[in-house]
Amino acid sequence: MSLHHVNTNKYKGYYDPYALAVATKEIAKYTINEESNKPEVIRDLIIDELLLDGNAKQNLATFCQTDLDKEIHTLMDKCIDKNMIDKDEYPQTAEIESRCVHILADLWNSPESGDTIGCSTTGSSEAAMLGGLALKWRWREMRKKQGKPSDRPNLVTGPVQICWHKFALYFDIELREVPMEHGRFIMTPEEAIKRCDENTIGVVPTLGVTFTLQYEDVKGISDALDKFQKETGYDIPIHVDAASGGFVAPFLQPELVWDFRLPRVKSINGSGHKFGLSPLGVGWVVWRGKNDIHKDLVFNVNYLGGNMPTFSLNFSRPGGQIVCQYYNFLRHGRSGYRAVHQACLDHGIFIASEVKKHGIFDIVYDGRGALPGACWMLKKNSKVKFNLFDLSDRMRNRGWQIASYSLPKLPDIVVQRVLIRHGFSRDMAMLLIEDFNRSIEYFEKHPMIESISKEEGQSFHH
Amino acid sequence: MPLHIVDKHKSLYDTYVQSATIEEISKFKLADEPNEPETIKKLIMDELLLDGNSKQNLATFCQTDLDKNIHSIMDKCIDKNMIDKDEYPQSAEIENRCLHILADLWNAPDSLETIGCSTTGSSEAAMLGGLALKWNWRENRKKLGLPCDKPNIVTGPVQICWHKFALYFDIEIREIPMENGRYIMNSEEVLKRIDENTIGVIPTLGVTFTLQYEDVFSISNALDKYEKETGINIPIHVDAASGGFVAPFIQQEIIWDFRLPRVKSINASGHKFGLSPLGVGWVVWREKKDLHKDLVFNVNYLGGNMSTFSLNFSRPGGQIIAQYYNFLRHGRNGYTLIQQACLEHGIYIGKELKKMGVFDLIYDGTDALPGVCWTIRKDLSQEPLFNLYDLSEKLRSRGWQVASYTLPSSMNDVVVSRVVIRHGFSRDLCSLFVKDIQNAIEYFQKHPILRSLEKDEGENFHH
Repeated sequence: MSLHHVNTNKYKGYYDPYALAVATKEIAKYTINEESNKPEVIRDLIIDELLLDGNAKQNLATFCQTDLDKEIHTLMDKCIDKNMIDKDEYPQTAEIESRCVHILADLWNSPESGDTIGCSTTGSSEAAMLGGLALKWRWREMRKKQGKPSDRPNLVTGPVQICWHKFALYFDIELREVPMEHGRFIMTPEEAIKRCDENTIGVVPTLGVTFTLQYEDVKGISDALDKFQKETGYDIPIHVDAASGGFVAPFLQPELVWDFRLPRVKSINGSGHKFGLSPLGVGWVVWRGKNDIHKDLVFNVNYLGGNMPTFSLNFSRPGGQIVCQYYNFLRHGRSGYRAVHQACLDHGIFIASEVKKHGIFDIVYDGRGALPGACWMLKKNSKVKFNLFDLSDRMRNRGWQIASYSLPKLPDIVVQRVLIRHGFSRDMAMLLIEDFNRSIEYFEKHPMIESISKEEGQSFHH
Repeated sequence: MPLHIVDKHKSLYDTYVQSATIEEISKFKLADEPNEPETIKKLIMDELLLDGNSKQNLATFCQTDLDKNIHSIMDKCIDKNMIDKDEYPQSAEIENRCLHILADLWNAPDSLETIGCSTTGSSEAAMLGGLALKWNWRENRKKLGLPCDKPNIVTGPVQICWHKFALYFDIEIREIPMENGRYIMNSEEVLKRIDENTIGVIPTLGVTFTLQYEDVFSISNALDKYEKETGINIPIHVDAASGGFVAPFIQQEIIWDFRLPRVKSINASGHKFGLSPLGVGWVVWREKKDLHKDLVFNVNYLGGNMSTFSLNFSRPGGQIIAQYYNFLRHGRNGYTLIQQACLEHGIYIGKELKKMGVFDLIYDGTDALPGVCWTIRKDLSQEPLFNLYDLSEKLRSRGWQVASYTLPSSMNDVVVSRVVIRHGFSRDLCSLFVKDIQNAIEYFQKHPILRSLEKDEGENFHH
C-alpha cells in the first residue's frame, strides 16, 4: 500500500450535505434523472423547500386540524402502511373503523346506532358524494316505480362548498343553490321550499357554512318539508353537510336539533380532520338506518369469514387517520371535546369583540352559536384607505393567514374570516389582535393608493 | 391530606393498572370522561398487533416497506393539505413537478405543457380519466346531433374501481370476460364490443387477477383500423395502476404509453410500485386539450391561475412529497434496480413452485409485474389433498398472506393463488416462503383434509 495514495471517494460520504453536487446544482424538477442520490440529503433539501409553505399554527383560513399531539404522530407513523380498504389484511383497523361509525351514529342520535351503515372516507367531499349518490338512487328507484321520468334530478342547497358543485356537475344533477342576498347569507326554509319539486332528490343544509361559519336551520327546513309533503305528497329527504358542525354542535350546542332526531334527516357527513381533531385524510358519512342506502350501491366484501358492506369512491386509502379518530374519541370523551371546542369558541368571541372596537367593521358572525371563529366586513360608509385584501396581505407579513373573499353572487360584499382550531390560545389571539391593530394603524399612516383587487387578493377557496 | 386519597397520583401508575386498561373500553359510544393520552395510545397500538405484519403480506400491491426518510417526511407533512395551493404553495409546486416528471416518463409529446393531477389513489385517478372520456364523447355526440344517453366503456377483467365508475356515473361496462385460457383482453374481443357509444377502451397494464399486461399497442392498432373503416374514433385510457411504475424501467421495449397517439390518459398508483406511502395516485393527460375545460376548476395560486380537477378536496400532502423524494433519491437507475430485483424474486418463486410438481404457473413472473400466479394442476395422477384456500390458510399461520380466489366470469371454476413481490422483499424471505409452502404440502400429505375450505370461507382477496 502506497502511503501517498488518497482515495477521495472514501471521504465523499463525510462531506457536508450542502457541499455535495446535488445541493450545489439545480435540483431535478421536470424529468427523472439517471442517477440515485443520498437519501438523507434529498430529504433535507425537500424539507428546506417546504419551509416556504408557512406554518400551520398561524393559518386561520383552513378548517382542517393542524395541531396534533405526539400520540397522534406516533399512531400515524405506526399506521403508515395500513390500507383501509383491506378489511381482511388489516382486520383490526377495520374493526376500529366500524366502532367509529357506531360512535358517530350514536353521537348523532341515530335510532339504530348499533345497526346502521356508514363509512370512513378521504374527507367530506367523498362523504358528501356518497350521501348524494344515495339520494339519487333512492329518488330514481321511486320514480321508476311510479312510472315517471327520472332524467332531471335536482338538489337544493344553500351557498355551498365546492364539493356539492362538483357532485352536481360530475353526476348530472341540477344544483339549485339558494343564493345569498343582502341581509340573508344562508338558506332559510322559505327559500328552500321555493326550489323543491318532484325532481328534487334532497335538500342539503350545511351545519357551518364556510362563508360565514353560521349553521343553517335544519329543523326549520325539516318542518317546512313536512308541510310540503302534506300539501304535495312529495317526500324529500335531508342530507346534512355537517363537515364542521357535526363535531361541534353535539358538544357545544346540544340543544340544537339538527341530526337524526329529525326523522327526515337520512344521512350526515362530517370531517374527522376538521373539528374531529384527526389528521388530514378522514371524513365520515352515516345513514340513519340500513334501509336509507340502496342495496345496489353497496359492495359486500368478505371479512374474517363473514360479510362486510362497503361503499366508497376511493379504494386503497391510508388507515392511520381513522385509528387517530378512535384515539381521539377515547382520549377526549364528551367532556374533553366540549372543553377543547368551548375554548376555541371563546377565542372567536374575544376576537370578534376586539375587531368591533375599531368602529369600522360590521360583524357578520360574532362567534356565538355556531363554529369557533368570527367573520366581519368593512362598514359601507367607512372612510378607510384600504380594503380587506390589503389587510390580509399586511397580516401575512407577520405570518398570519386570514381569508378575505367576496360573497358568492354578491361581489360588492367582501368579508374577512378567522377560524379558531384546537391548538390556539388566548395569548395567540392577543398577538393576532395586536398585529391586526398595528396593520390598521399602518394604513392610516400609509394609505393604499391602489388597493389589491379581488383577482389578486382572493386566495381562499370554498 | 389523607394518605388514602390516591387519585392525585393516578398518572404515575403503570399503564396496565389504569382503569382504561382494566375495564372494558367504550367501543360504540363516546364515554363522558377523557383518558390519559399515553394509555389510550398504547391500548390502540396493542389492538393493531392483530393486523399482522405487512412484510409478509404478499396479497397487496401497495408499498408497505418505507425508509426512515419517508417516515420523517410523512411526519413533517402531517398537516399539509394538498388542496390548499395558496396555503401550501411549495407542496403544490412539488406536486406539479411530479406530474411533469411522470408525463416525461410516459413520453407525453410535450411533457412540460400537459395537464394532470395527484389523487388519493388509482380509483380516483381512474374515475377522473373516465369522466374526461365521458365529457369528450358527449360533446362530440351533441355536435353531431346524435343521442348521448347510452355511453359504454370496454375493458378487460378489471379492478373494482371501473365497476364503481360505471355504476355511479351511469355508464354501461362491457367487460371482456376471461374464457378458455384467455385471461386478458385482446383486439378481437375489443372489436366485438365497441360501437358509436363507446367512450373509450381501458386496457390494464398489470391485471390484478394474473399480473399480466394487456397489449395496449395492438389494441391501439386495432382501433386505428376500426376508425379507418367506420369513422368512429375511440380513445384509450390505460389503467397503469401498477405497470405505470414498472414498465418504463424494466420493460422499455413495450410500447403502451403516450408514444401511441390514441392513448389520451394514464392513471397509476404512486403508492404501489411508485414506492410512496398509501394515499397517492396520479392521472396524466396526453395534452391539455384532452381534458374538457368544463371539468376543470380554476383556483388562484400565488397571484396566478392553477387548474384543478379532483373528486376529493382536503387531502394529505405527505405522500406526494414522498413521491418527489423517491424520484430524486432513486432516479431511473434506482427504480430499475429495485423493480428488477422484485421481478427476479417472483421468477425464482415461480421456478420453485413448478419443481414441487403439483402446481401450474398461470404467470411465471418474467414479463409483467413482479410476482407469480399459480393454480393446482388438473392432470395429477392423484387427487390433491388440499385446495389453494387450504394452502393460504396454512401459510397464514406462519404470517404469510397469500391471495387465493376464483377467476371471474366463465373461468370461475379455476382457483388461483398469487403473490406480489414489492420493494422490501429479499431472496432470503423468498426461500423462507418457499420452504413454508413445502412444509404445508407435507403437512397435508400427513394430515389429509376431509373437507376443504370453500370459496366463501377462504376467498379473502378483493379486486
